[in-house]
Amino acid sequence: MALLQGLGAALPEHRVANIFKPLATPAQSEYHIALLVLAITGAIFVVVAGLIVYTIWRFRRRPGDDAKQEPPQVYGSNQIEVAWTVIPILIVFVLIGVSARVIASVQNASPPPQMLKVTLIGHQWWWEVRYPDYGIVTANEIHVPTASATYLELQSADVIHSFWVPQLAGKTDLIPNRTNYSWIDPREPGVYFGNCAEYCGTQHANMLLRVVAQAPEDFKRWAAEQQKPAAENAAFQSLSCVSCHTIKGTPAKGKFGPDLTHLMSRRTLAAGAIANTAENLRQWVKDPQAAKPGSLMPSLQLTDQELGQVVNYLESLQ
Amino acid sequence: MASIDYPLERPRPKEGEFSFSETLYRWVATVDHKRLGLMYIVTALLFLVIAGLMASVMRLQLAFPNNHVVGPETFNRLFTMHGTTMVFLVGMPFVAGLSNYLVPLMIGARDMAFPRLNAFGYWIFLFGGLLLYFSYIGGGGLSGHGSAPDVGWFAYAPLTSKAFSRGASTDFWILGILVAGIGSVASALNVIVTTICMRCPGMTLTRMPMFVWVMLIDSWLIIIALPPLTAAQVMLLIDRFLGGNFFNTQAGGSAVLWQHFFWIFGHPEVYILIFPAFAILSEVIPIFSRKPLFGRAAMVGAVVAIGFISLGVWAHHMFAVGMTSWSNTFFAASSMLVGIPTGIKIFNWTATMYGGKLRLDTPMLFCCAFLLQFLVAGLTGIMLAVSPFDWQLHDSYFVVGHFHFTLIGGLVFGLFAGMYYWFPKATGKLLCEKLGRWNFWLFVIGFETTFIPMHFLGILGMPRRIYTYAPDRGWDFWNLVSSLGVIAQAAAIALFIWNVIDSIRSGEKAGDDPWDGWTLEWATSSPPPEYNFEKLPVVRSSRPLWDLKHPHDPDWKFEQ
Amino acid sequence: MALAQTYKGDALTLEQGWHMPDRGTVGIAFLIVTESALFTIFVVAYLVYIGKSLNGPMPKDVLDLPIVATICLLSSSITVVFAEHALKKGHLGAFKLWWIATIALGLEFLTATGIEWHKLIYKDHLTIRTNLFGTTYYSLVGLHASHVIVGMVFLLLVMGVTFAGFPIQTQFRRVRFLSWYWHFVDAVWVVVFTVVYVVGR
Ligand SMILES: [Cu+2]
Ligand SMILES: [Cu+2]
Repeated sequence: MALLQGLGAALPEHRVANIFKPLATPAQSEYHIALLVLAITGAIFVVVAGLIVYTIWRFRRRPGDDAKQEPPQVYGSNQIEVAWTVIPILIVFVLIGVSARVIASVQNASPPPQMLKVTLIGHQWWWEVRYPDYGIVTANEIHVPTASATYLELQSADVIHSFWVPQLAGKTDLIPNRTNYSWIDPREPGVYFGNCAEYCGTQHANMLLRVVAQAPEDFKRWAAEQQKPAAENAAFQSLSCVSCHTIKGTPAKGKFGPDLTHLMSRRTLAAGAIANTAENLRQWVKDPQAAKPGSLMPSLQLTDQELGQVVNYLESLQ
Repeated sequence: MASIDYPLERPRPKEGEFSFSETLYRWVATVDHKRLGLMYIVTALLFLVIAGLMASVMRLQLAFPNNHVVGPETFNRLFTMHGTTMVFLVGMPFVAGLSNYLVPLMIGARDMAFPRLNAFGYWIFLFGGLLLYFSYIGGGGLSGHGSAPDVGWFAYAPLTSKAFSRGASTDFWILGILVAGIGSVASALNVIVTTICMRCPGMTLTRMPMFVWVMLIDSWLIIIALPPLTAAQVMLLIDRFLGGNFFNTQAGGSAVLWQHFFWIFGHPEVYILIFPAFAILSEVIPIFSRKPLFGRAAMVGAVVAIGFISLGVWAHHMFAVGMTSWSNTFFAASSMLVGIPTGIKIFNWTATMYGGKLRLDTPMLFCCAFLLQFLVAGLTGIMLAVSPFDWQLHDSYFVVGHFHFTLIGGLVFGLFAGMYYWFPKATGKLLCEKLGRWNFWLFVIGFETTFIPMHFLGILGMPRRIYTYAPDRGWDFWNLVSSLGVIAQAAAIALFIWNVIDSIRSGEKAGDDPWDGWTLEWATSSPPPEYNFEKLPVVRSSRPLWDLKHPHDPDWKFEQ
Repeated sequence: MALAQTYKGDALTLEQGWHMPDRGTVGIAFLIVTESALFTIFVVAYLVYIGKSLNGPMPKDVLDLPIVATICLLSSSITVVFAEHALKKGHLGAFKLWWIATIALGLEFLTATGIEWHKLIYKDHLTIRTNLFGTTYYSLVGLHASHVIVGMVFLLLVMGVTFAGFPIQTQFRRVRFLSWYWHFVDAVWVVVFTVVYVVGR
């Protein structure tokens, strides 16, 4: 377990999610078309803005001008107008053609058959991450192997959210009563940062997502750890925590909140609102509303003794 | 003989002595299009100040990471009310106010087609606006949840359902906007009928001022595009009050359907809002360049084209909902098509200036800034229309930057040009030119400082509508810069308000025709009498006052 | 110097030969345009949700073709034209007769709708909250019925003032606007009928 955390800490963190520094294929193809569009629009800007500024400067009224004298009255010119209608039409058609190709290549790309399948379910305000082939359920971190692609099934348990890890892939919404798809293939091991990108209520700001890309053998080891059940704990099971949270191998089977089976293997608490440290965990259990106001996790008004027991147990969930 | 005398013997409003209550009564009970127009504009300015203050609080909160100026609930209400106010209570009444004040004057009519409907439109709009703001007091509802609406100005389902939005705040949003919308439709119908039926002798459609043309198409868009919003809001009311299932995903309803209905309204709405700026530029640029509008026919064609194409591009706001690649391609293509007529407009305005003698007074300065800023907005709009690029940019701060370039850099700059230009007509006083320049430069500096960094923030992965962010995401610097720009913008608006008050009190007398204008509103006194024209004018070209002032070189000799 | 003088005497002829369309006519035409936009969205919602209900009752189980009501409403469009023509010719008696016929037919339509709703609610247990069908059905048919009711109010108003002795022939323009509105409501019914009772069943 220490080994796992060590592995995680060694991974480079991509906190600044610059869309112009893509590190996976979908983001890469979006980046390429972005460059083309930027070049075209940049050129248009230089030409047209230059023309406007030149016109203003060249034809501004000067102190010596005769105020009474009107300039020649020009009403229009068919040739010129046709010219600046046709040129934009050509540019627009080039752009339409290029976008159509990229849209098709990203959307209709059939995933390789051996792809890892992950179901990502949006909740107010956290991410449920399921690995149907492994029987793993975790939250707020998607662990994926490098060197192959991961196929994401996107769903929502309540309102609309949006999956966005800028350096890996552009947005796809998570919509209730509908399943969307996306895929990512991070090339380098690392932790990639993303946010929920569709306003989903009070704590939309603190609905962060991390994609943890690991070398295939590290990913295998992580998955093996995650598949293990946890030990039971009588004190914990007597509290109402269990009505919202699941801990595999124990009677705690709640569905409303995140699965806690391997809570301590995660980097953050409350969907990225705070780092997963002993002190933060204690504060979070004691009063979730302090760290994340509006969070749907209530303050249970635990006694100090209960709080200690809960935190001790949670810290054992490696 | 039907004629108006110029410049002698023009009708003057009688300088009556009215008590305060009489004055108040004359304003409240008025059906005069000019008074109603001014009431719309003053109301819009008031709401602009309120929405601006809300924006300032938000920028203060976002100036630093992990800031605690306001909490999440307050912040979410702020951006919801800011957006809703700017679109429905600032933009829309400006459309109504400008067209009310100017259309009858420009087409040589004595009033709108339906003066009482006009008054009804204003008051019901005001009621809608007040209803929305009443939510701050009444929005808690019986269960005490929430106050002002916090669902965002596009109020996506199912966040607006009873399950996720308890209390009455969302109901205030629905009803306030629905009611204000009825006012907007009433006013738009009135503008359409007025332009079609009330033009003075000789004012054929080809001779109609460009301003009136644009407002006609604008009103057409309003009556086509607002009902879908009204319909969707009625459905939402049915869901919330009668237990209907339109947007109830538990019962098989679709959350995406709301988005379709909303954006069928929402995209044309963007053009509804920007058209008044187009209309203003098409009048101000020629006058201050001393040349007729270049390519009038193409300009009319471009506006009509935008008016129709913009009805078929709505799903470019929905590239991330998982549409088929065919739909994505279709909406990317149709959205880019709008760029063509928009380009034509920018080129023609520039060509109007080319070869002219540019008088760079405040109205013209605002027009020049408009051209450059709207150019940027149009180009970032093309980036957003390219759907693969939009998968990255959508719902990020880049989008916030983009639409503020259209709506502030475009619309508000255009409105300022218009206000500086027609203020002398409405009040008989000139706005102070020196203050006007300060107003302009402060506004430009503040605007660029606030909104250019937002594009960078979007590229760095910052989503919109977040009330806070961590310090290590690379967003600190640009957020701070963006917030600093607010200071200059606020100063600019304050200067403008001071300029208006001071000029009304002790401004320089404007005379009837301070800019040497060419359209009919300058052929009557400033301010115009209640009946506008003592005798209805007769025109034979699109620049009747040019003909008058240049009898040896009149337009009607060249126009058909 | 007068503005008109620049046109060297053409102004008078211009003014005399200058005719603009009637305000009311244009106004009612665009009112119908904006109303159509409103109905379109409800129709689209109905079409989108056909067959999407998760539970019954389904349209094919509970909806019967409202043939009589439809015939009534459509023929009321004819009677209102007859009334209009009678009024134009100044035949007040015939006008009253056709007007009452229109009202009677409209009332029959509303009654039929009321009976249908009563049956759906109490016998078939279909309410607006039951399923997507219930929600879209009551909304669309109800929106149309509310327009019929508005038309009805105006029809009754005209009848009331006519029988009170008001010279209704002086208001021929307005009577005609009302008849146009009534045609519009009829036309919408054709769409609603097709969508709800033909396509949706
Ligand atoms: Cu969110
Ligand atoms: Cu749009």
